[in-house]
Amino acid sequence: MKIYTKTLVRDLKMALRNPSSFLNPLLFFVIAISLFPLAISPEAHTLSNIGPGIIWVTCMLSVLLSLNALFHYDYDNGVLEQMVISPSSLSLILLAKITAHWLLTGLPIILLSPLMGMALFLDIDSIYVLMLTLLLATPSLSLIGAIGASLIVGIKNSGMLLSLLILPLYIPILIFATSAISQAQFDLSISGQLYFLVTILLISLMASPFVSAIALKISLE
Amino acid sequence: MSRLIVNDLSCQRGYTELFSNLSFGLSPGEILRISGANGSGKTSLLRIIAGISSGESGNVTFNNNAAGSIAYQSDIFYLGHLPALSPELYCKENLDYLTQLNGINTDRFVDDALTNVGLKNYKYEYTANLSAGQKRRVVLAALFITQAKIWLLDEPFTALDSDGINSLENQIAKHCENGGLCILTTHQDSKLPNLRVLAL
Repeated sequence: MKIYTKTLVRDLKMALRNPSSFLNPLLFFVIAISLFPLAISPEAHTLSNIGPGIIWVTCMLSVLLSLNALFHYDYDNGVLEQMVISPSSLSLILLAKITAHWLLTGLPIILLSPLMGMALFLDIDSIYVLMLTLLLATPSLSLIGAIGASLIVGIKNSGMLLSLLILPLYIPILIFATSAISQAQFDLSISGQLYFLVTILLISLMASPFVSAIALKISLE
Repeated sequence: MSRLIVNDLSCQRGYTELFSNLSFGLSPGEILRISGANGSGKTSLLRIIAGISSGESGNVTFNNNAAGSIAYQSDIFYLGHLPALSPELYCKENLDYLTQLNGINTDRFVDDALTNVGLKNYKYEYTANLSAGQKRRVVLAALFITQAKIWLLDEPFTALDSDGINSLENQIAKHCENGGLCILTTHQDSKLPNLRVLAL
């Protein structure tokens, strides 16, 4: 368990000393969302209709943007090699790296989302639901993304490959999360969608560290 | 007796066969130098023994534990071509993490270890600011702390100055006197005792 905390602290430390690595996707999140009112319409009714979708799609793309760096630096300087041959559990090390990734992208996105929601004229209830869906689903985005990132580690210019691998797996999350928010706008029950998001989270939490570990070992062969 | 046994190993890279049916054993106290031309498979062999990759066929065991098992992995330390250090971290933090990965908690030893490799004043220096030789010394400090029985050193003398080379050779000799094993690749002449050579 000690290796988990050490890896988590190490990754956070490294990110804070090189802030552009995690600020870049967040900046993208804010800028991309703020462009939509300019391009489509500043009208409150239109924006509140498409707002949840915009926020969710942008959230996914900014997570995708940050995934390339998840293993890249450690691979380049040889630390990943040491992680793979470590007697400690590689899955646990990877879970720590995924946790750090979520703390640096998912969590800030959740914290920024009320602001973005207000900018797109979402009402207060929808903003709550938006935050709830983000809270349940952004960890899944990091977990599933780690599988893709570990498969492409070591391949040069693999950004497009990562999108092709990962985006299809993100689609169910996108569908359930946005439909929860639009249901909530009509005061309908959203428990079904939330159950699905929780199920996806639990499955990816159980599977992702192990699958990523196997993928990483294959990539380093 | 605890012997490192390499049994019937074959390795292929692309369409080229690097080596096939390679078998040897190594007893405690022995040092094996893998020699061969560039591209003859020295690093590939070391990576297989380290448990990073697996060959086309064959296996590697130590004390009847196969490469890749937890017991085996805690007996080895692998020093590869890459520095294995993160530039954003201090020397101390890098050393700390590297030894933690090798299953050892080092808070107490860090000062001594850095002093031993001549980096006493670099404890809180970013690794990015170190020279290639100094980076190598940080990894060597980790090597000297861990209690790994098998040292796998890929070109360990690269970038080291003559003092560094001497002290590393002394450490290797000492490690093997205490019953350790060492496999290394190098293009330099070395005056290590009990040296066996494997030509690829």
